[in-house]
Amino acid sequence: MAHATATVDVMRPPAPAERGVDVYNLKLGMWVFLASEVMFFTALIGSYIVLRFGASPNPWAQPGKVLSIQITAFNTFLLICSSVSMVKAYASIADGNVKLMKVWLLVTILCGATFVGIQVYEYTHLIHHGFQPSGYREGSELAELAAANPVPYGAATAGLYGSTFFTMTGFHGFHVTCGVISMTYVFIRALRGKYSQQDHRGIEVIGLYWHFVDLVWIILFTIVYLI
Amino acid sequence: MSATKGWRSWLTTTDHKRIGLLYFWTAFVFFLIGGLEALIIRAQLARPGNTVVSAETFNQLFTMHGTTMVFLALMPLSAAFFNYIVPLQIGARDVAFPRLNAFSYWVFVLGGLLLNASWLLPHHPAPDAGWFGYANLTSREFSPGPNIDFWLLGLQILGVASLAAGFNFIVTILNLRAPGMKMMRLPVFSWMTLVTSFLIITAFPVITVALVLLMFDRFFGTHFYLTSAGGDPVLWQHLFWIFGHPEVYILILPAMGIVSEVLPTFARKPLFGYTVVVYSGVLIGFMGWGVWSHHMFSVGLGPIADSVFSATTMLIAVPTGVKIFNWLATLWGGQIRATSALHFAVGFIALFTIGGLSGVMHASPPADLQQTDTYFVVAHIHYVLFGGTVFGLFAGMYYWWPKMTGRLLGERLGKLHFWLMFVGMNLAFFPMHFIGLLGMPRRIYTYAPELGVAKLNLVSTVGAFLIGASILVFLINVWRTRKRGKVAGNDPWGGATLEWTIPSPPPPHNFDVIPTVASRLPRWSMTQLTAIPEGAELGKPHAPAGSWWPLVAACGLPVLALAPLTHTLWVAFLGAAILITGIYRWAFEPFEV
Repeated sequence: MAHATATVDVMRPPAPAERGVDVYNLKLGMWVFLASEVMFFTALIGSYIVLRFGASPNPWAQPGKVLSIQITAFNTFLLICSSVSMVKAYASIADGNVKLMKVWLLVTILCGATFVGIQVYEYTHLIHHGFQPSGYREGSELAELAAANPVPYGAATAGLYGSTFFTMTGFHGFHVTCGVISMTYVFIRALRGKYSQQDHRGIEVIGLYWHFVDLVWIILFTIVYLI
Repeated sequence: MSATKGWRSWLTTTDHKRIGLLYFWTAFVFFLIGGLEALIIRAQLARPGNTVVSAETFNQLFTMHGTTMVFLALMPLSAAFFNYIVPLQIGARDVAFPRLNAFSYWVFVLGGLLLNASWLLPHHPAPDAGWFGYANLTSREFSPGPNIDFWLLGLQILGVASLAAGFNFIVTILNLRAPGMKMMRLPVFSWMTLVTSFLIITAFPVITVALVLLMFDRFFGTHFYLTSAGGDPVLWQHLFWIFGHPEVYILILPAMGIVSEVLPTFARKPLFGYTVVVYSGVLIGFMGWGVWSHHMFSVGLGPIADSVFSATTMLIAVPTGVKIFNWLATLWGGQIRATSALHFAVGFIALFTIGGLSGVMHASPPADLQQTDTYFVVAHIHYVLFGGTVFGLFAGMYYWWPKMTGRLLGERLGKLHFWLMFVGMNLAFFPMHFIGLLGMPRRIYTYAPELGVAKLNLVSTVGAFLIGASILVFLINVWRTRKRGKVAGNDPWGGATLEWTIPSPPPPHNFDVIPTVASRLPRWSMTQLTAIPEGAELGKPHAPAGSWWPLVAACGLPVLALAPLTHTLWVAFLGAAILITGIYRWAFEPFEV
């Protein structure tokens, strides 16, 4: 490489500071993607607010009557923990500790997968007791309870309650599932030794996505389960 | 691996220029289909009580005409120029995510085919509830057939394509600029692409939600839009127009960008007030979010909402007007060369201004209550989207055709095309202002002779067929110049921007050496383009590789959509499997840009 200094590298031209925005493509792409995700959940939550507080004069079911706050509170705790473990994974690789990064990444994946598992358990349970997207199933336990106590069970608004509950939590669960699958992909790459202290972009980018999904859940848990 | 020649190379290509051409020709075919639908509509309305088509078919025709033109013709025609021109203008070798770019294209094609496949089925169940598909006409109760299912699933798929392209172009424009290409040195077309992409990635999620709720209402028994169960049909209108109004700017801003490139080149003058043109484009993008309820004045949202949205709507005319005056000032005192491209650009200014003025008219709620759902609104939308967007796009075609094909389009036929289209357009749509004010409602398959609009309607139909003839002239021009057209060379027009520094059509890697930019008009200040260092050895630039996996992944989406259409669960699993396999192989594929 005697004359290497004279060669113009045409693939990577000299890049003064004014070129680009100093965030690598993949990360910038993820930020932009998350911007569109914000709009997605805003539209979803906005529709929920309109339907619950704008469209109907009848109150909705009281918190804790149909949905179990305890189980979901635990699930929320799990998801927040997984955000912490994600940060630990990123911090480990930034320190150059590849092994520890794999451990924390695996913890994050397991937390996420457990969250989805508990959500599936919750759904089957709810549907079993008669709560479904169209409201309380006729002749089910919940339908009878609602007939006896129309106000606490929001008998008049059960249809919208079911519609919004399953749509919002379902889309969030779908996002968590996609996150778990993507983190598994990152984990496989980690096992193949693709990440190092110098280059660990995959971990950072999937981390951004994961924190966003957690953040959305905290909002959803508050407005769907607690209010 | 992927081929570089033959039909396979077109299926696997990740080259932004080839994808741009694919976008162009696919969108142009959809443009012809949408135009054909319009001609049948006009044939039906040529005389009172006409029976060319039935009322049902008429409903399908206007629904598919609108949907096709907005989502399958105009947006992807703009996308064709984003793809082909933006990387060249900013001095890049490709877009930031070339395979995602291929994915966008294939999703768009397949979504468009799914939407139009509804014509081919028995009893042709094409969508028939209007391009904005108001609830609760779209509910199972009032639209039991698969028509609306095709519409909502097709639009969902097309949304994926637009979103993926939006992410790609934002990252490309922000990160892949050549050294020295500061934001305020970006060509206006690239700027408008950036603003449009931001609008796409923020507006499309909203229609995605609107369509998801509709889909759940139709398939899973939810009650979002069903009044009978406490739902709210007006929610659909809000969601649709929160998307729908930014969509209007998604359609017009690229055309404004094109015009801002064409006028300076043919007036031999830099764009007047570049900074103001850019900022007003950005401002239009922002303000486009605050005007959606002007589509809903007749809903009765109350005087406060009506007043606020009326005021914001009138306000948005200000940055638009600023641009118009900047374009006029660009021409003022210039050395004007009246090419076909310039004809279309000037036609754009005139016709778009007329459309803008009628827009300000129905920004006023009392006026709008008279005009809404009449042909007046049809006249307005066609002045802005046909007189505006389509004229702008044709200006872009005549301007960049030599760059994309290596040969110029014929000027004589080009001007014939322009005059036929200009006269046809005004004959077709200007009478609609009167037809509407005289009381003819839109979307009705016929009218009575007593209404007194028969002559005006006949004139409009004649105009529509003139437009059809002008498109034929364009196609003849394309055909005749494909081999015998004047060879373009690097720069047939003396343009100022980077795409004119390289051969036409450009080599796969675009630039032998990425230029260093020192000015807003690099070619008009040549000394400022940093020359290749004397005696430097050029490293060999490699062409972008191809990949099958974007196509495979894209195929998963229409298969997924077939599951609800056929009510078969295993098809859903098949679609998901194809999609996931495609993405998985894509993710693990070694790929060098």
